[in-house]
Amino acid sequence: MSEASATVTDQSMISINRLNKWYGDFHVLRDIDLEVAKGERIVICGPSGSGKSTLIRCINHLERHQQGDITVGGVHMTNDIKRIEQIRRNVGMVFQHFNLFPHLTVLENCCLSPIWVQKKPRREAERTAMEYLERVRIANQAQKYPGQLSGGQQQRVAIARALCMHPEVMLFDEPTSALDPEMIKEVLDVMIELAREGMTMLCVTHEMGFAKTVADRVIFMDEGQIVESAPPQALFNNPQSPRTKEFLSQILGH
Amino acid sequence: MSSDMIAARPAPDQRHGIVGWLRANLFSGPINSIVTVVVLALLVRLLWPVLDWALIDADWVGSTRQACTGDGACWVFISVRLNQIVYGFYPEAMRWRVDIVFALFALLAIPRLPFKRIVGVFALIGFPVIAWVLLLGGVFGLTPVPTRQWGGLMLTLTIAAVGIVGSLPIGVLLALGRRSKMPLVKGASVVFIEFWRGVPLITVLFMASVMLPLFAPAGTEFDKLLRALIGIMLFWSAYMAEVVRSGLQAIPTGQGEAGAALGLSYWQRMGLIILPQALKLVIPGIVNTFIALFKDTSLVLIIGLFDLLAVIQSGLTDSAWLGFAIEGYVFAALVYWVFCFSMSRYSQYIERRLHTGH
Repeated sequence: MSEASATVTDQSMISINRLNKWYGDFHVLRDIDLEVAKGERIVICGPSGSGKSTLIRCINHLERHQQGDITVGGVHMTNDIKRIEQIRRNVGMVFQHFNLFPHLTVLENCCLSPIWVQKKPRREAERTAMEYLERVRIANQAQKYPGQLSGGQQQRVAIARALCMHPEVMLFDEPTSALDPEMIKEVLDVMIELAREGMTMLCVTHEMGFAKTVADRVIFMDEGQIVESAPPQALFNNPQSPRTKEFLSQILGH
Repeated sequence: MSSDMIAARPAPDQRHGIVGWLRANLFSGPINSIVTVVVLALLVRLLWPVLDWALIDADWVGSTRQACTGDGACWVFISVRLNQIVYGFYPEAMRWRVDIVFALFALLAIPRLPFKRIVGVFALIGFPVIAWVLLLGGVFGLTPVPTRQWGGLMLTLTIAAVGIVGSLPIGVLLALGRRSKMPLVKGASVVFIEFWRGVPLITVLFMASVMLPLFAPAGTEFDKLLRALIGIMLFWSAYMAEVVRSGLQAIPTGQGEAGAALGLSYWQRMGLIILPQALKLVIPGIVNTFIALFKDTSLVLIIGLFDLLAVIQSGLTDSAWLGFAIEGYVFAALVYWVFCFSMSRYSQYIERRLHTGH
């Protein structure tokens, strides 16, 4: 914990101001304010339907918000597609269902964006991809198709694919929820490693062990609002809001 | 309780050669055996006359009607006019030009050619230009051959190839347009698709050959074949659009989102992620449309183009060869079937090759 705080700087990476979003009449995000410093690691938890996924999907504009401001890495988000793509190049995302491209090999999955978005030569893109695949310990499967890998392996490939763009921020949307229990650890280990290297991370997850190990802050959301935000020890041991208490007792109680 | 793990054993052998297969599937009991024998007898009874007519009692050699002496089919009728069936009224001295186009076409159809990229570009750009120059002539000292002299199999293949090559990309654009979030693009695509799907191809061809010249300013003259080609291309692109759209809808939204999150633009996402998967998924539907298109090229005979079927039909009215309608139509059917069946097998081969285990 102390080691983690030491790397946090005051430089703001993500700045969200009075963010509001509706799905039709349903008010899914309500007056969200969030500042994320460079190198900060944040875990977002909360009951299903509380808007946690929607919040991080707004950060790279997979969801469009109706009110409020989002600034990522100094770029203010508008509806201009050029700006959105500029932000997306700087933000990696890992999905619950991996979303690897099944018609491409693991290596091609990792090289696609560097080649087509960053216009890197194929050889250089492949070298970078192999380095990241090595780091997530799956380089020996580079020539296989995603359909031939286990869930845990696929999710590690997805992490490597996002890292190949050299993003400054990584968003994780319930990265272990679709995995068999014995595969959760291999993915969490990779994420912990990444956190230790100083990556700015926003992670929607219910893995409280992971939160305790790496998070600088845990955010509890309910009904579209940020109810509580505190370092993991404080939030878990001494929750302020009754709703946080109830939620924690449900997921930690058994 | 055993302390050892159970070792893996080979699966039981389920078939024992042809005899085993026969016993299991055709003669597994008295009733099955009787049914098998009866069906076999019926098949022989029905198929024998056909074989007898088409092969055994048939006449194969000769050059005049006098060669038709047997009770069966007289394939001399086909062989004496084979040139016309293949080339139509294309001048005899210039048929080598058609032959070159045929040969190139056959060469490009070979799967797994080396230099994939160069061959692909050649097939899409080089080949059509070469075929157009060779068939039409008029440049490089080649004698011009107007399209009204085209005919037979060569015309059928030309119409089918242009229809197939043209309708797929237009169909893809229409399918993307129909799923677009821009109201104008979406509206235009829907109107286009529903209009062309709502009219019969015969009407389209009539419109193209009869109505269009009435509206066109006096003096302008479009080639009749060109008009038919455009009509066929637009007509089938509407069908193709719906086939492709069904494929687009089968791709999970997560695929597009993952592409977007990686910073890929709309066209990159479509071209690199969505379409390769969607098109692969709907290969059966696409080939289905191709086959329907291929067979429906025979409708051009009603606007006076002499395709394969029309040439054979015109041969039936030859006073020296009256009474050979069955041979003519059976042969036409056989040629259509060979091409359509080849397309079907080819597509199955492609499907297997593109399978990546998902």
